[in-house]
Amino acid sequence: MGRFLLKRLGLAAITLFLLSVIVFFGTQVLPGNVGRRILGPFADQSAVDALNERLGTDRGLLTQYWDWLTGLFTGDFGTSLAQNVPVTELMGNALVNSLKLAAFAFVLVVPLAIFGGVVAALRRDRLTDRIITIGGLSLSVVPEFVSGIILILVFGLWLDLLPVSARAPAGASIPTQLEYLLLPALTLVILLFGYIARITRAGTIEALDADYTRTAVLKGLPRRTVLKRHVLRNSLLPTIAVVATQTGYLIGGLVVVETLFNYPGMGRLIFTAATQKDVPVLEAAVLVVGTIFLIAMLFADLLYSLLNPRIRYSGTE
Amino acid sequence: MTTIEDPAAPIQIPVRDEATIARGERIRLLVRSPGFIFGAILVGFWVFCALFGALIAPQDPQADDILNKLGAPSGDHFFGTDRLGRDVFSRVLVGAREILITAPLATLLATVVGTAIGLVTGYYRGLVDDITMRIVDAMLSVPVIIIAFLAIVARGASRLTIILVIGFVFSMIIAKTVRAAVLSERELDYVQAARLRNERSPYIMFAEILPNVMGPIVVEFTVRLGYAIFTIATLAFLGFGADPSIPDWGRDIEQHYTFISAGVWWTVLFPSLAIATLIIGINLIADALAQTFER
Repeated sequence: MGRFLLKRLGLAAITLFLLSVIVFFGTQVLPGNVGRRILGPFADQSAVDALNERLGTDRGLLTQYWDWLTGLFTGDFGTSLAQNVPVTELMGNALVNSLKLAAFAFVLVVPLAIFGGVVAALRRDRLTDRIITIGGLSLSVVPEFVSGIILILVFGLWLDLLPVSARAPAGASIPTQLEYLLLPALTLVILLFGYIARITRAGTIEALDADYTRTAVLKGLPRRTVLKRHVLRNSLLPTIAVVATQTGYLIGGLVVVETLFNYPGMGRLIFTAATQKDVPVLEAAVLVVGTIFLIAMLFADLLYSLLNPRIRYSGTE
Repeated sequence: MTTIEDPAAPIQIPVRDEATIARGERIRLLVRSPGFIFGAILVGFWVFCALFGALIAPQDPQADDILNKLGAPSGDHFFGTDRLGRDVFSRVLVGAREILITAPLATLLATVVGTAIGLVTGYYRGLVDDITMRIVDAMLSVPVIIIAFLAIVARGASRLTIILVIGFVFSMIIAKTVRAAVLSERELDYVQAARLRNERSPYIMFAEILPNVMGPIVVEFTVRLGYAIFTIATLAFLGFGADPSIPDWGRDIEQHYTFISAGVWWTVLFPSLAIATLIIGINLIADALAQTFER
């Protein structure tokens, strides 16, 4: 177990290092002169040189990369070009806000999707199953801004039930804050429901078909007991591991949802940095996002291997 | 597809080889599945609009009419008019073209590159495989939309940038799928036989293994096409579309969603439904394809 964990950690570290190389050289090499890019084509050459010297962008790329990388380890993520404040300052609040929204979405989607998946499995190949699986799949492939717009139209405009901006007034109580977060969270629920329901359905069907379930049924146990003790217990735990792998989709979804609902989280920070060509913010945010994703995958791997010892011992593939 | 199912008729095994029968059977199952039919109708409609939208559109999608701006749907304008008084119905019809050019090109690029990477890494394994897969994992640890931001910041938002970056990121996903399929194929007898015949590796990869992994590749292509449309539409919505002079669903929604609070819903609802139906159609086809190949 220890070896498995170490190996996974090592792989994640290598992946993260490669990501930092790709991100840094991808953004630094291609656009050419950083000072020129900030000051525009009509700026004086001496001003451009001075800015490059101040930013340290007149040095060799490898030196710059090394400084950037070592800075990351000491908690120095650089300075925003657009706002001239440390990147960490911008990211702190944004991360907390995104976490709130993401947690709310997960709290809504996980029980809902697991319930949907179990119902679909119990009604396998019947109409209910088709509606849940095909409907869930169809909803999850629609871009978040499209489902978000339709939610805004229905609940914000036509039924006039919910606020269309995610930002609650300052000092609002927690229920009010949640009310403001409901539409953006529901948009993410639509994005994530299909896949989680699908995995739950597959796991439940596997458990329903398993020998131990048949034994339990033949033993004369009531249907409810069989479902609770034999089927669900075996099918739900792997599903929870799979939920962790959805973090990537969730973060991608946050970029759009936060922009659409005007919510100051990581996604909108990344979007704003992209429109302002604020490379330090963008680089740091990409690394943070990548780290979160890799931690989630590590967690999923770990959970899955704890539940399924065969994977732990048969190496990695 | 001329054979009609008749339980009494003898099965024509002797005149057709097994592969042809399997393929015919698959196609028959495919075109009969309701999901495939419905998906094909949806996609077919938008492909028709992409080809002939400019001819069937009742009005010029670019013609401003400031006096009639933000007009509600009416007999003259079925879907109303937008903030410049342009006909939303015509813009929705013509808007199919741009995304049905860029998305398939990006997906095609991804499929060709991804298949090549998947074949080589899965066949040779070893160090090249390890290194490639680490790079793939690194790229895939960040959502494609954010990678696209990086590329657009570095190169500017052009049609080529968008096609290249989506083609590049998706090729990694396709490479993983193809590699997994190749890993199980390479242990089979026919590959061993080809090796014993002293066939050259490129021949084994492309002439022997490739035809046998076409199923997953076709499914993957269709699924990725859906996601390419997803991503390109999202980029357009975020203001990173290619050419502002071409009607585009994503950009039309971006430029009008602030009017929703004023009660103007038609400028965003119809392009939204267009994107949703196109993507759902493609995914219904992908789902039907996946089920056929799994049999």
